[in-house]
Amino acid sequence: MADIKNLTRGIIKENPIFVLLLGMCPTLGVTTSGTNGLGMGLATMFVLVLSNCFISLLKNVIPDKVRIPAFIVIIASFVTIVQLLMEAYVPFLYEQLGLYIPLIVVNCIILGRAEAFASKNGLVDSLFDGIGMGLGFSLALTLLGLVRELLGAGTAFGFNLFGIFGIQEPKMMLVFILPPGAFLVLAYLICLIKK
Amino acid sequence: MAQKIESSLKNMVISLLVITLVAGLSLGFVQQVTKDPIANAKQQKEIEAISAVVPEFNNNPLEQPIPAIIYIDEVNFPVVYTAKKDSVVVGYAVLATSSGFGGNVRIMVGFTPDGKIYNTSVVSHQETPGLGDKMTTEKFRSQFLGFDCKTQKARVKKDGGDIDALTAATISSRAFCAAINKAYRAFCYVTKDESGLDAESGATKHNN
Repeated sequence: MADIKNLTRGIIKENPIFVLLLGMCPTLGVTTSGTNGLGMGLATMFVLVLSNCFISLLKNVIPDKVRIPAFIVIIASFVTIVQLLMEAYVPFLYEQLGLYIPLIVVNCIILGRAEAFASKNGLVDSLFDGIGMGLGFSLALTLLGLVRELLGAGTAFGFNLFGIFGIQEPKMMLVFILPPGAFLVLAYLICLIKK
Repeated sequence: MAQKIESSLKNMVISLLVITLVAGLSLGFVQQVTKDPIANAKQQKEIEAISAVVPEFNNNPLEQPIPAIIYIDEVNFPVVYTAKKDSVVVGYAVLATSSGFGGNVRIMVGFTPDGKIYNTSVVSHQETPGLGDKMTTEKFRSQFLGFDCKTQKARVKKDGGDIDALTAATISSRAFCAAINKAYRAFCYVTKDESGLDAESGATKHNN
């Protein structure tokens, strides 16, 4: 079925991070832990799904010559909504992600899907495409964050895995939490997935 | 499928106008809805930071913050919150800012009325993970428990003080000490302790 294909395509075959290599800035920046990756992924997914839906609904009333400004306004509104909601209800995550939330506006995935998919397809297809791409993005970010957290701090989602062995402060490879670690882990994950 | 509308000037103006108008209105609505939860979350965080650094209190210290503006040109001046239990002052929480390795370091320092540090807590920082961010650990901060700025020097040992700096994070440790000194100065300012104002001027000059 076409709908299912739209949904699953974004998760593996056209995964925005590992295959399309889009949206690298938040990918490398926020994935210092699994929780951060998941939070960023879900925030992006929320914006992606809503902007996809609205753009596919409005595609016939947006004249071609002003479509990019119109898309940006729609996307930016959803991003601001996400930002306000996160600040109000998950303040700890909001502090962690900080600057990267407003940067969702210029995330290539969102504008890319709006331009390449939602502005040419119907509401249901765009909805599934948004969910699929969002899931793929969340999955990739969580995986990346989890691997970095595990190698860099010895924890998974803040839970000390070495606590089982009675080690309270495991000495790990700190570099994986620092920016270079993001590139290293991303490269190896892409390698594994594309082999 | 309906025909796509033409890119005439009129259509462009109207569609952009409507989109921005609706976007603006919905943003205003969301802002209204989230205004109180955001304010609450912020206040909750500050109260938590204050209760971590002063003895038990039962007033609302946020009601009367005292800005300790000692130097007119100081941008990030410390703010003093008074914690009272049954109208008796049990401590002062001072929010002091200094610049660290990666940006501003904001530290809440709690003083008992006799001027000793009760506890400290890092409110926000951008220090290097694994090095400078160890300033939030109990191990480093415990050096300041019961610390008396009158008799002891809140400076790292390298600078002739009494504090063991964090390994490979001297700048972050200095920032922490600078904030402590600023907080003590603010405490003296609020409690009208003139001797403290003079005593610490040397140390803070060094750190800034």
